[in-house]
Amino acid sequence: MTQEVSVDERSVPLRTEKRLAEDSFLTDDFLRQLINVGEVDILVGLPTHNNAKTVGPIVQSIQAGILRDFPRERAAIINADGGSRDGTPELVTGISIDDVRPTANLYTLRTLHSISTQYASNPASGVALRTILSAAELLRAKACVLISPESTNIKPEWLSKLLRPIYNEGFDLVTPTYRRHRFEGLLITNLLYPMIRALYGTRIREPLAIEIGFSGRLGGQFLGQNNWDDGTGQTGLELRLTLAAITGGCRICQSFLGEKDHVERRAADLIPALRQTVGTLFSALEADFPVWSAVAGSQPVPSNGPESEVGLEPLRINRKRLREMFSTGVAELESVFQSILTPATLTELQRIAGLHEDDLRYPAELWVRTVYEFAVAYQKSVINRDHILQALAPLFRGRAYTFVVENRDTSANDVENNIESLCLEFERLKPYLLEMWNGRK
Amino acid sequence: MRDMIVSELSQAMHELARGFAHFLPRLIVMLVLAFVGWVIAYVVKILLRSILRLIKFDRLSDNAGASQLLNKAALPSSTELLSRFVFWVAWLGFILLGVSVLGILGLQEQIARFFLFLPRLFVALFIMFFGLLAASFFSRAALLAAVNANVPSPRLLSISIRSVIIIFVLSVVFEELGLAEETMLVTFGIAFGATMLGLAIAFGLGGRDLARRFLETRFLQRKKEENEDELSPL
Repeated sequence: MTQEVSVDERSVPLRTEKRLAEDSFLTDDFLRQLINVGEVDILVGLPTHNNAKTVGPIVQSIQAGILRDFPRERAAIINADGGSRDGTPELVTGISIDDVRPTANLYTLRTLHSISTQYASNPASGVALRTILSAAELLRAKACVLISPESTNIKPEWLSKLLRPIYNEGFDLVTPTYRRHRFEGLLITNLLYPMIRALYGTRIREPLAIEIGFSGRLGGQFLGQNNWDDGTGQTGLELRLTLAAITGGCRICQSFLGEKDHVERRAADLIPALRQTVGTLFSALEADFPVWSAVAGSQPVPSNGPESEVGLEPLRINRKRLREMFSTGVAELESVFQSILTPATLTELQRIAGLHEDDLRYPAELWVRTVYEFAVAYQKSVINRDHILQALAPLFRGRAYTFVVENRDTSANDVENNIESLCLEFERLKPYLLEMWNGRK
Repeated sequence: MRDMIVSELSQAMHELARGFAHFLPRLIVMLVLAFVGWVIAYVVKILLRSILRLIKFDRLSDNAGASQLLNKAALPSSTELLSRFVFWVAWLGFILLGVSVLGILGLQEQIARFFLFLPRLFVALFIMFFGLLAASFFSRAALLAAVNANVPSPRLLSISIRSVIIIFVLSVVFEELGLAEETMLVTFGIAFGATMLGLAIAFGLGGRDLARRFLETRFLQRKKEENEDELSPL
């Protein structure tokens, strides 16, 4: 399913051929198509599964982005499809670059390949990313970018923003920053960003973004070091890639992409989100202990554009439900929390869970201590690890409730200040985590 | 007459001495077996305790909820308890082996039965431990799922699941031990049947309105609430 705009015959280097023969993970047909491509400068990875509704405009934006900003570079779009039944792969390969040219008045001087491969009959983000990374390595791509098939508001300039720092400035990883509503992505703003910042010392606002740019070097390194055959190596891969870049001493920067708007807002999927993100982070802490235990404070990473933008539009939030699920969770899960939390933290939690709606606040310090104690409980496997993550859900709802209440009538600056003070709290209490981790507490 | 008495007495004493001389080596063998058995049982206990500590058996026991039961009964930790149990079983085995050397009629059969019973005892303990582990795991999983799904009375659901599993495990354990097999089978049947019938009555008759409200809350109102709740964690 290769669509070539112009023919560019090149012989594939010997090393690549050898690797192709050795790499049995990719299908023969996909390998054949990659051999036909040869080498590329830019690779765009597009993992899909039944995204026919959205993928068309996304591919057009990608093509427009390549035409506009990389007309001289050899480029390929690699679509790793997880068994779509709505014709997604055909759409990806069927969209002609000629559809983009007349409107944008742009021309490429090189071949633009579009290859689609079906890696399985069921979607698996790990296999999709592995396919894209393998293709990038085989094609010796200098700079790669992953694009979500749900990014309906993608702009052609996204490609330049995510690829240019890698291609021209020698960065290894470009993470995006978005304009988000102040109450969107609360797991990121209240846990992942502050905790990664405090532990790894790097201030990456979107540590698990789906739109991400990375160098061929980082991609190859991650491909080699990630445990792909193990079940744990298949989840939270965007976060794993970011952490691999940090621990590998790679050059990282951020690029502002504008509004983040995906087709579906999976508000109810908190448990899978916790497994994918917090579970991945907690498990990474074990392996990365020598790195993060030696880090003190945190450093900003270079940013193209604002580090973040906060939207203040009115948003209906069921605060009552958040509060009730927090209070019920604390009361009902006492026996579980006794295995995870210290008596002091549990007592304090029970006290605030019993407070009246107007007085209920989950203070930053208590939240940080809770998260750190959960991380230690996860490391020591005091109970089943998945149960530990599930037990965090009601407490996160309590923290989300507090964040919503505290930032209900505040300005964008105040929201940012509140996030910053939470980050500083995570940094301040890092010795507490280290003491518990080393068993001194 | 006097000579006869002396002769009988000396013969009796002679018999006694001969019997004692016959018995003494066996007694010594028994005592030696008991002593050697104690040494071996002690070494096994120490080894077992080290292995159990190495594999963090106490943590497994915590997860199974067995430690809580032991604490409530003022018993030592599960590692210590299992080590002591193995020590006593091993030592008792050697003592009984020694007793069988004494050649006391009637005891031999009982001793043989004891040794035949040992494997079943170990299998029963194995089933009991892993049964408790499964009960703890599944009841906790149910509790967490119920709390996160906002299901009413999650603890009741969790306790019900735990109880059903424990009753089932106990029936299997008693069957394995060959103790009150039929009684346990009937008990399990009654307990399980009663639970199911109770739930059926509660939802079908007594709690008809409650069940309707529950279902409405679950499938209608909740959907509405979820639509209102636009918070995305990521």
